[in-house]
Amino acid sequence: MTVAAGALTKSGGIRTWLAPFVARPIALVGLAVLIAVLILAAAAPLLAPYNPDAYDALIRLSPPNALHWFGTDQLGRDTLSRVIYSSRMALLVGVGVVVFALLTGVPIGVFSALFPRLGHVLMRIVDVLMAFPSLLLALVLIVILGPSVANSIIAIGAGFLTTTTRIVYGLTLRLKTETYVEASRSMGSRTGWLVHKHILPNLISPLLVQASFVFAFAQLSAASLDFLGLGAPPDIPSWGNMLAESRNFITRAPWLLFFPGMMIVLTAFALNLVGDALRDRLDPRFREMLGRKI
Amino acid sequence: MLSVENLTVSVGAAAAPIDIVSAVSFEIAKGEILGLVGESGCGKSMTSLAIMGLLPRPGPRTRTGQVVLDGVDVTQLQPWQRVSAGNASMAMIFQEPMTSLNPVRRIGDQIAEAVRVHDRVHGGAALARACELLEMVRIPDARLQLSAFPHQLSGGMRQRVMIAIALACRPQVLIADEPTTALDVTVQAQILGLLRELCNGLDMAMLFITHDMGVIAQLADRVAVMYAGRIVETAAVRTLFDAPAHPYTRGLMDCMPVRGSAGQRLRTIPGQAPQPGTVKTGCAFAARCPQVRDICRAELPPKMRVAELHEALCAFPIIQGGPN
Amino acid sequence: MIPVLDVEDLKTGFDVKRGGRRMHVQAVDGVSLTLGEGEVLGIVGESGCGKTTVGRSIMRLAAADSGKVMFKGVDVLKAQGAALNDLRLSIRMVFQDPYASLNPRRSIGNSIAEAGDINGAFTSPEDRRQRIIESLDAVGLDASFAGRYPHELSGGQRQRVGIARAILPVPSIIIADEPVSALDVSVQAQVLNLLMDLRERLGLSMIFISHDIGVIGYVSHRVAVMYMGRIVELADARTIVERPKHPYSLALMAAVPRPDPSLRIEGGVATSEPPSQFHREAGCSYAPRCPLASERCRIEAPLLRIVGSTQVACHHADG
Repeated sequence: MTVAAGALTKSGGIRTWLAPFVARPIALVGLAVLIAVLILAAAAPLLAPYNPDAYDALIRLSPPNALHWFGTDQLGRDTLSRVIYSSRMALLVGVGVVVFALLTGVPIGVFSALFPRLGHVLMRIVDVLMAFPSLLLALVLIVILGPSVANSIIAIGAGFLTTTTRIVYGLTLRLKTETYVEASRSMGSRTGWLVHKHILPNLISPLLVQASFVFAFAQLSAASLDFLGLGAPPDIPSWGNMLAESRNFITRAPWLLFFPGMMIVLTAFALNLVGDALRDRLDPRFREMLGRKI
Repeated sequence: MLSVENLTVSVGAAAAPIDIVSAVSFEIAKGEILGLVGESGCGKSMTSLAIMGLLPRPGPRTRTGQVVLDGVDVTQLQPWQRVSAGNASMAMIFQEPMTSLNPVRRIGDQIAEAVRVHDRVHGGAALARACELLEMVRIPDARLQLSAFPHQLSGGMRQRVMIAIALACRPQVLIADEPTTALDVTVQAQILGLLRELCNGLDMAMLFITHDMGVIAQLADRVAVMYAGRIVETAAVRTLFDAPAHPYTRGLMDCMPVRGSAGQRLRTIPGQAPQPGTVKTGCAFAARCPQVRDICRAELPPKMRVAELHEALCAFPIIQGGPN
Repeated sequence: MIPVLDVEDLKTGFDVKRGGRRMHVQAVDGVSLTLGEGEVLGIVGESGCGKTTVGRSIMRLAAADSGKVMFKGVDVLKAQGAALNDLRLSIRMVFQDPYASLNPRRSIGNSIAEAGDINGAFTSPEDRRQRIIESLDAVGLDASFAGRYPHELSGGQRQRVGIARAILPVPSIIIADEPVSALDVSVQAQVLNLLMDLRERLGLSMIFISHDIGVIGYVSHRVAVMYMGRIVELADARTIVERPKHPYSLALMAAVPRPDPSLRIEGGVATSEPPSQFHREAGCSYAPRCPLASERCRIEAPLLRIVGSTQVACHHADG
């Protein structure tokens, strides 16, 4: 059976990555939503019916209608266009947080595991950071750094630095005792070689799964920060900012909250579905089942 | 006591099943030890799990065949029903005794639990029976050991405890799946001796599964050799080792280092065993067989009676005194 | 016999936590042995006897407490820098589990070339490619395997790759730790034949570690029997298998299930088991299980002495 699975990987890497999505249609939905958000972000100027910043005092707070499908806000801006443009900020923050978490978490985790003395100290610091609720941590950092897009990425990323470090630390501790690492050491390899050739390549798949979850939770955290007015500046359209601005009109114009709120939920949910599917891809038992089926 | 007829275990879609155990049949009498021997992936463990009704779900399933325990067909029964099927019952012991025991419960309680389920006795009576069982499996200071935790025992002692638990339901058939593979040789010898004694003493039938021809030679009365999901040879243990009739059995005997003399090259079986489902027609051993003929690749070989109680699934079995 | 590797009074221990207390387990407790040129020296014993730790100490995968391992005038345990790099290429290891000893994410070619890559043994990419192919060829695999990955290979093929990795570049000594234990009998025979062929062709010396007396007796010239971190008997393979002198070796040989129904072990077998490694008592460590044990055995630990052609550590072994 392992041979069959092997032949499969050989014949098409992409097909094995798609297999868990095909096997679970709900994951396919997640993937589709994600791709849709990506297209919205990339082609926002083409897809948005109006300029997202164009005021029109005459049509303030109009409910969804034929001209403005998602209605307009208190300044008469088109909600649909703003929702579409906001997906850019969502992706920027998501990617930024993932990159920040990986760039910090992976080196700290790997070296903590390889050098136990250093690791002992670093992991205690990580433990202390983990004791803070991540939103509280982000708020404290924003207060120190000042609100801006870059700073909100760092502030949110700090919360995921700890979980990423923990995961990398655990995986590396296990990899360190693998026989092939022993074999490499017996041939005289140094730390750099071990990390480059044996540790990192085996971290890629589990980190991909972790990245998808970090991405999802980063959406929620970013929305919370924006809502509190500590994230992206209010003139940049983001789902969180839209919620924050419209909360005073919640009874008069509920659509202002409904559409951006829906987008946050959908994106986070889709990312979680994709993450689950990726995790299945990495579960060897599941892989074996697929190997047999195809 | 136990008879298995035409047992087939398959994986994959119902429309295109892949057989990992094909048409396996055998019988075991009271007090007899049948050794089921084969290399990894030959289907020997799946056979034992299918008999106990313990095939993992989702996954392989029994497609055809019957398991008859003391005249009662137990094929459709749940595992717990097979453990106590009317008057007769079966029990099983596994390779890794540590994972089969609950690490946070005293072994006395774990044995007593099995006693309670089967004998419907409680408290002191169950513990007394547990102590008796520990003595049966020759654990020294049985009364003291009742309060030990699994991690306080050595691998050999843990396997004895597993045997005691298996004996709690007074089985007529004991299925042992590589019970000594994880143990050191000196401890293995003790466990093999114990199993032999118990079989004789309790008049129990035993199916002993192993990959080790040495262990088979030491313990079994009769042997069934499995290859690629099929039983390819059945014989009394002495006959099998003195005059193996199937070329695969013969090959296995020849590649054992104990039999070769130092300095000479070992005889080998070329190639490796086929993956399940890859051999569509003919004999599964044909690709590796030194005496293969065209017909072997074309059709499944017949079950040939080589001698009294000696059968080989081979069109051209090796007959003692023949050309081989 | 020209010695190539000389192990003198090797001691290796581990600190383990047991029930909250830190304890020192002396896994190897004063082992001395000599490996001759072209020789296969077998080390046999049951789990926990320290046989694997001897191999790992020589490879410096486990840090030795004391002792010397001399190879070409260099103490392996203390070598540094260039001398250590040389040693890493001269003494190589084949591991037990062919599934775990290859990185699933590296191609077979890269795995085989690893020692050369680490130590700069290749002159050019072409040289590297050529020598990977030669090495694969030497273990009976064709060049196409270089681009494959471990999961595409069977157990026997993986162990061949493990061997190909150990002979690129060609070393002087191979330490093989249970190299065939994870393989089926029919595949085991192929791999044993391969190892013996390579030893002869490449002039290797080998330390062969195994719990399987059948295999050890077949491949080794001399065999050391270990018990509780010490060598209790050392003699040529035939003597160990057929006429062992130490009571433990005797019990060990008697317990091996022989594939011959006419040689059945009959009668009850005692239920003695190896004692705990945490409470080492004075005297011979086999005394608690030994049928010959006397008062002296419980007080005074026997040293290896020569009896006939055998070295044996027992007060009661004679002629």
